Amino acid sequence: MKITQGTFSFLPDLTDKEITAQIQYALDQGWAVSVEYTDDPHPRNYFWEMWGNPMFDLKDAAGALTEVLAARKAHPSNYIRVMAFDATLGFETTRLSFIVNRPKDEPGYGLVRQEVDGRNIRYTIESYAAKAPEGRRYT
Amino acid sequence: MSEPNTKQAGVAAEGVALRVDLNSLLADSQVNEVLDELDQALIGLQPVKTRVRDIAALLLIERARKLVGLASGSPSLHMSFTGNPGTGKTTVALRMAQILHRLGYVRKGHLVSVTRDDLVGQYIGHTAPKTKEVLKKAMGGVLFIDEAYYLYRPENERDYGQEAIEILLQVMENQRDDLVVIVAGYRDRMDTFFQSNPGLSSRIAHHIDFPDYSAEELELIAGTMLEQMQYRLSSSGVEALREYIPLRMTQAHFANARSVRNALDRARLRQANRLFAQKGLQLSRDDLMTIEADDIRASRVFT
Repeated sequence: MKITQGTFSFLPDLTDKEITAQIQYALDQGWAVSVEYTDDPHPRNYFWEMWGNPMFDLKDAAGALTEVLAARKAHPSNYIRVMAFDATLGFETTRLSFIVNRPKDEPGYGLVRQEVDGRNIRYTIESYAAKAPEGRRYT
Repeated sequence: MSEPNTKQAGVAAEGVALRVDLNSLLADSQVNEVLDELDQALIGLQPVKTRVRDIAALLLIERARKLVGLASGSPSLHMSFTGNPGTGKTTVALRMAQILHRLGYVRKGHLVSVTRDDLVGQYIGHTAPKTKEVLKKAMGGVLFIDEAYYLYRPENERDYGQEAIEILLQVMENQRDDLVVIVAGYRDRMDTFFQSNPGLSSRIAHHIDFPDYSAEELELIAGTMLEQMQYRLSSSGVEALREYIPLRMTQAHFANARSVRNALDRARLRQANRLFAQKGLQLSRDDLMTIEADDIRASRVFT
């Protein structure tokens, strides 16, 4: 099951050239680009690991792409995303976020039904991959 | 990189041009304007200007070769600027970034100017991220490393400068399309620096030497500087400056154009003082602009 979160996630995976173009767009808007990775891509897990500091004052996407490639080399079977932060007053938030690397095999999520308060049922989703301890998922 | 203008190049059906019009290519790139500007704005520096023209011509021909479908590897354009202080190394580097941008060799054409402090860290593991961050900022433009020989300190074998050089070399080799590195510094110290870092020397294709200015050239430079600051010399002031420059050149710590700039700044100071001393006088626009001989002759070099 292909995980869809962030921009472009319903499209086929972006090529490096397309990633460069998107990063360049973000830089042209004056946004600061950063790279993050995780092996727990639950939709409610907002806090992915940072791959280095956010990159400020970049002019050209080539610099950010080297970080994407380095992150991919170090974590080939993790999820890696590029985020673009807009520091403009009033925004001060992430304006763009897209996945640039995903594991080959994505087992997806199971629906968990919990019986509470008699006959009531609570639903939640649980990642099959995340059942393994951290660092041993998606191997 | 701008797309080659196919209409002017006379493109054949397969999309490969049969003939290339160099003039239209030149006009397209607008590189002539930058070169002319370089000629006018910078006085003297003949060998430098010739070299810059050579590089511009090479890049233009490379572009023409690409249009007709010939093999065109992007040439290595890392440079080393050597010369005494105040000979215009930084200024030329800035123009170089513009020229390379117009010719489509670098994508953005900005100049990132750094020294040892910006590249080398203070503790173990600090250098690599610092150098990489600077390199990332410089991508798509020109990285100008002033006084590059400070990177290498042979007297301290634990110095982190070596680490910065290694990272630099790697990027200079592998990402030639992404950035151009210009190292600059004084002639003799750069020579020893290159001797102890043969890897760096061999990756730098263009060694450009900046000659010292002659007294006449310095006088011309003083003229343009004053013009920019909207000052002018009285006729006796011109003579005083003509005497001042050769005297200053023989003194210690002479830094070419930079010394001239400092001398002019001090002359302005004295002019302001002189005008202030004659309070009550109505000052005309002319008075405010003119630097008199006394303002220059009060200098320490005349004593």
